[in-house]
Amino acid sequence: MGIKDKDLLTMDQLDRKQLELILNTAREMKTIIKRDIKKVPTLRGKSVVTLFYEPSTRTRTSFELAGKYMSADVVNINTTASSVVKGESLKDTGMTLQAMGVDIVVIRHSMAGAPQLLGQYLQARVINAGDGFHQHPTQALLDMLTIKERLGGFAGLKVAIIGDLLHSRVARSNLIGLNTMGAEVWFCGPPTLIPPGLEKQGVRVTYDLEEAVSKADVVMMLRIQLERQKAGYFPSLREYSQLYGLNKDRLALAQKDCLVIHPGPINRGVEISGEVADSLNSYINEQVTNGVAVRMALLYLMLGQKGE
Amino acid sequence: MSRFLLKGGLVLDPKTGLEKEWDVRVEKGRISELGSDLAQEADEEVIDVKGKIVAPGFIDLHVHLREPGGEAHETILTGCQAAVAGGFTAITAMPNTKPCADNEGIIELVKNRAQQAGLAQVFPIGAISKGRQGQEIAEIGSLYQAGAIAVSDDGSPITSSEVMRRALEYTKIFGIPVISHCEDLALAADGLMHEGKWSTVLGLRGIPAQAEEIMVARDILLAQLTGGKLHLAHLSTAGSVELLRFAQKRGIAVTAEATPHHLLLTDEEVQAYATNTKVNPPLRSREDVQAIRQAVKEDLIQCIATDHAPWSQEEKEQEYNRAPNGIVGLETAVPMVWDTLVVKEKMSFLELIARFTIGPARVLNLDRGYLAVGKEANITIVDPLLQKKVQASTFYSKGKNTPVDGRTFQGWPVMTIVEGKIVMRDGKVKGEKN
Repeated sequence: MGIKDKDLLTMDQLDRKQLELILNTAREMKTIIKRDIKKVPTLRGKSVVTLFYEPSTRTRTSFELAGKYMSADVVNINTTASSVVKGESLKDTGMTLQAMGVDIVVIRHSMAGAPQLLGQYLQARVINAGDGFHQHPTQALLDMLTIKERLGGFAGLKVAIIGDLLHSRVARSNLIGLNTMGAEVWFCGPPTLIPPGLEKQGVRVTYDLEEAVSKADVVMMLRIQLERQKAGYFPSLREYSQLYGLNKDRLALAQKDCLVIHPGPINRGVEISGEVADSLNSYINEQVTNGVAVRMALLYLMLGQKGE
Repeated sequence: MSRFLLKGGLVLDPKTGLEKEWDVRVEKGRISELGSDLAQEADEEVIDVKGKIVAPGFIDLHVHLREPGGEAHETILTGCQAAVAGGFTAITAMPNTKPCADNEGIIELVKNRAQQAGLAQVFPIGAISKGRQGQEIAEIGSLYQAGAIAVSDDGSPITSSEVMRRALEYTKIFGIPVISHCEDLALAADGLMHEGKWSTVLGLRGIPAQAEEIMVARDILLAQLTGGKLHLAHLSTAGSVELLRFAQKRGIAVTAEATPHHLLLTDEEVQAYATNTKVNPPLRSREDVQAIRQAVKEDLIQCIATDHAPWSQEEKEQEYNRAPNGIVGLETAVPMVWDTLVVKEKMSFLELIARFTIGPARVLNLDRGYLAVGKEANITIVDPLLQKKVQASTFYSKGKNTPVDGRTFQGWPVMTIVEGKIVMRDGKVKGEKN
């Protein structure tokens, strides 16, 4: 069995069974990453295109390595180097890629829904690598893999996601996946950065960082961007950090073996203190490894299996 | 054919409350006789309209014809074809063309081309402000003399309360309405859809209902201050309806319109990022839709208007953020609203027809929207039982941007008569299809 839908666009496409399949496959993939010779022939003859309309280092590199470790041919397209700057529409870009016969397109776009649009024009499969403030399924999957490996499962875990939730596709994806697996999800941030209409989405909301962190099994810190301050969501990074930064004292309120994770890149001393980022609780680097493993698993499940 | 007899239809006139199985004789462009069992005269065609509703010609007071400047999306001809196909005998032309209708030249151009088209009657609307910039009021006197029947900066709000005040005052010279597009731009920010659960799920920036309501409240208070004639375009929220009630209680004269899409569709429709759901004001919540329906039923909202906003396919085949706002409405308005309000919600024929006829006629000070002997024969005939699927590809409008493509509705216009001429019959418009 592989991934049911043609395209992986949002986390609500994945039920419990599919999530378990992906996470278990990813754990197997991790053994390949740890080998000396990191190459298996699984995806030989398959082509993977990464189409990035937004700057990204870790997600793009991680997809590229995932493809290469499995012997796929990987081509990276970024907007500045392609005809996109010449004003080509997403529809035409999609049809061009289709005509070239690619097998899977990994897209990152600043606008929500762009992967859906691309998927309509492609017979090739599409993986959403982050679209606007909508979804970032592979990030949620790698976060979930990190949690599963360290804590064994999800049922009853308190997971606090802290920071700019309004603009966070990572939080939206994690919320869906973690809910599916039975964790208790908390969102915490200033009211200006909490999206509306969360009441019926199975999440507890607090503006109080200490309440969110208290007895948490996992604390996920989100990156705060300076431009949000300029847009008036909070008065200064200094004040933001005082109210919502994670430091050692605050972390002490959580479970002793609480996992601290972050989708990166981190702002040391803003949303997370250097001391916490480098502590034994921090699994931020482990997440990066898991990112490659999860993406290998997805490429394998979406491309590598015959007769699907 | 200069003379014909509409036989056996249910003749409805919201002005007089007439609701009888009568015959209507049309001669030389006018209604020459109204009554039961009229005998066929020599060289007269008898058109059997038994089981159909014979109503005064429908009026749509909110249409974007795009010409001049946006001919890729619509022309005055294709817009007029779409209008009569959809049962409208008269439409307005909103001034947000390129260049915009802030001068007599554009008003003249629209009138002339509409006359050449010879289908629906077109009443141009002038801009409130020069260049639709919201800074200085346009030469409203010249616009009025050239034939503008209202002014509006539709598509953009008048941000300055001072400018809006002056517009409401100045138009009192001519007695024409100021049609307000109510939107607090700062609060709507760069919103793409209604702010609520769905905007969060979809990661699209939300436009809170209050962005509309703040301006509705302001404009109502300015109408009170000035005694000007205020008409509120495309109201979409429950809060706006409450504000209309407030105005009514205080005795402040204000009229309003609702669109078919705000009467039928909710923000849930945006789910698949279908850009044909992108419209301003956005599709709102279920509670808002209910409130708008209620207001239409109570005549608190007097007009149904399409806000017909055609866009070429390329414009809508883009990322949700990039696609322009707008839904075409002329060819789907009657069935959408009939199915929703009459078939499902049991509103009376007469009441609904009032919102398409006498309601907009009163807003625009037009002596039409009713049936009387000697009056110009502008008639819309509706088959209240006809069920049909919407097929955007067959629209006369250049814009196929409808979110209800493929849906089936009951209650379709089957004949449109303008100045005594049958310009649409069974969905086919007179003349060549462009």
